[in-house]
Amino acid sequence: MSAILKRETRAYFDSLIGYIFLTAFFAGSGVLFGVTSLQYGSTDMGGMYSGLFFILLVLIPILTMRTLSEEKRQKTDQLLLTAPISLSALVIGKFLAAMIIYSMGVAMTLVYAVVVSFYGAVSWLTVLGNVVGLLLLGAAYIAVGMLISSLTENQVIAAIGGFACMVALYLISSIAAIIPVRWIARIFSELSFSDRYSPFTYGVFDFSNVLFFISATVIFLFLTVRVLERRRWS
Amino acid sequence: MIEVKNLVKTYGDKRAVAGISFRANDGEILGFLGPNGAGKSTTMNILTGYLSSTSGEAYINGHDILEDPIAAKKEIGYLPEFPPLYLDMTVKEYLRFVYELRGCRLPRNTHLKEICELVKIDNVYNRRINNLSKGYKQRVGLAQALVGNPNVLILDEPTVGLDPKQIIEIRTLIKKLGKNHTVILSSHILSEVQAVCDRIVVINQGKIVADDTADNLSRELTADHKLIARIDGPKDEVIKLVETIPGVVSVVADMQREKGVWEYNIEAVEGTDIRRELNRRLMSRNWYILGLRSSELSLEDIFLKLTMGESVTEFLAGKADDLAEHYEEADKK
Repeated sequence: MSAILKRETRAYFDSLIGYIFLTAFFAGSGVLFGVTSLQYGSTDMGGMYSGLFFILLVLIPILTMRTLSEEKRQKTDQLLLTAPISLSALVIGKFLAAMIIYSMGVAMTLVYAVVVSFYGAVSWLTVLGNVVGLLLLGAAYIAVGMLISSLTENQVIAAIGGFACMVALYLISSIAAIIPVRWIARIFSELSFSDRYSPFTYGVFDFSNVLFFISATVIFLFLTVRVLERRRWS
Repeated sequence: MIEVKNLVKTYGDKRAVAGISFRANDGEILGFLGPNGAGKSTTMNILTGYLSSTSGEAYINGHDILEDPIAAKKEIGYLPEFPPLYLDMTVKEYLRFVYELRGCRLPRNTHLKEICELVKIDNVYNRRINNLSKGYKQRVGLAQALVGNPNVLILDEPTVGLDPKQIIEIRTLIKKLGKNHTVILSSHILSEVQAVCDRIVVINQGKIVADDTADNLSRELTADHKLIARIDGPKDEVIKLVETIPGVVSVVADMQREKGVWEYNIEAVEGTDIRRELNRRLMSRNWYILGLRSSELSLEDIFLKLTMGESVTEFLAGKADDLAEHYEEADKK
């Protein structure tokens, strides 16, 4: 697993995707920070964190599009799948590599908090809660993106498919609102990523939401493993 | 040791591998011979755990590839049909990655250095794989299979894309490796398999059609009854004369090699040697044989022979009957 993790992390910077992701992430979060905090002279950074939700919709697919599709296209999956490692180790290695790059972006938001702290008192616990929330949301999204990437050989399809899925997971609560059947609507709204994420940005740290994102991550990673497993049987 | 029992792989309703069983012992080089699409790569992919078989069992040194994949995969070095290379890495980075991926315990730098010297890629060690020629890429693929010194080597068309000198080098290397490894290599080139392998498994349409030592198989498949003769004499009359030799199935004038000298493909009933008779009859007309060699069976012939065996046999059996009749008549006279 560590071999995969190391290679993948390096590959992000060898292929420019790491740079593109981080640049876009820094730019996006920077603009949001400027517009929501600096402009109003507010120490509340919740606006930036909730805005980042939309930035992730676009950026996470870029981060994950190559992960498994490119291996299949270049036939390097033959090396990985015939190596003496388990499929879970392979998937987790790739997941953690994406998480490392993503965490570098998230870490930047702490720098903004430090900037704010020069001008007023920052609620560090709230910021910490937000960072944890953002990391959890990103983890779940990365797992979704990897699942989509495992289904195709084409990076572009992986990126667009990932984006579509993430938008669907975002819109799921709006869809729930127009579903007349009460219990289906209930299920849909419970599954909404944005409804689960926004409490973090209000400064509410609810463990059920933490658990939700962890479960979502595990489920999508598990599905990714199943897809790879199934391909051997097809 | 590799043991395969009744391996079947179906894609939808197509049977890519239809019940293959064979065994490769330690220190043996087993050649997989077959045309494209015969099921060679699929079988290799199953043996290495890349694909799962629909039914049947495969054991690598006693480890079932499905039940105990990690232990089995530890024993295998695999060079797939397309070498699985990360083009954006240097050879050094790539081999180090494979080293870590396979969880090797051997001293890293000396081990990798040895492999590079063995497959002769030490001069490109620090270059990006993307910039290497096809021959070098193929050899990096082979190097990758050797990392960790696995007991079993599975090489899918290892000499594809190499120039003749490199082909000979790689063959020599495989022979050397075969002394203390179990090697399975696939090819669609008969001479290659003959040159390298101790035993040959011929596979066609997912089935094994022959499994024998290289010597036996080539003895069986060499064709003394198929001659290529260069004869000095008038073409049409020579053909007429040769056709009357008992046992001759067909005579075809190939092309004029020298002035008045044609090359003929002469085919006789299997197991008959017509060379002496040919000589005698031509001499009596004062025509000369300037060259005579038996034509080796080409891979196509072998497949024809091994796969469409029945129709060919029937045809030849008919000719053999004619021959017997001829001898009977000669005896009576």
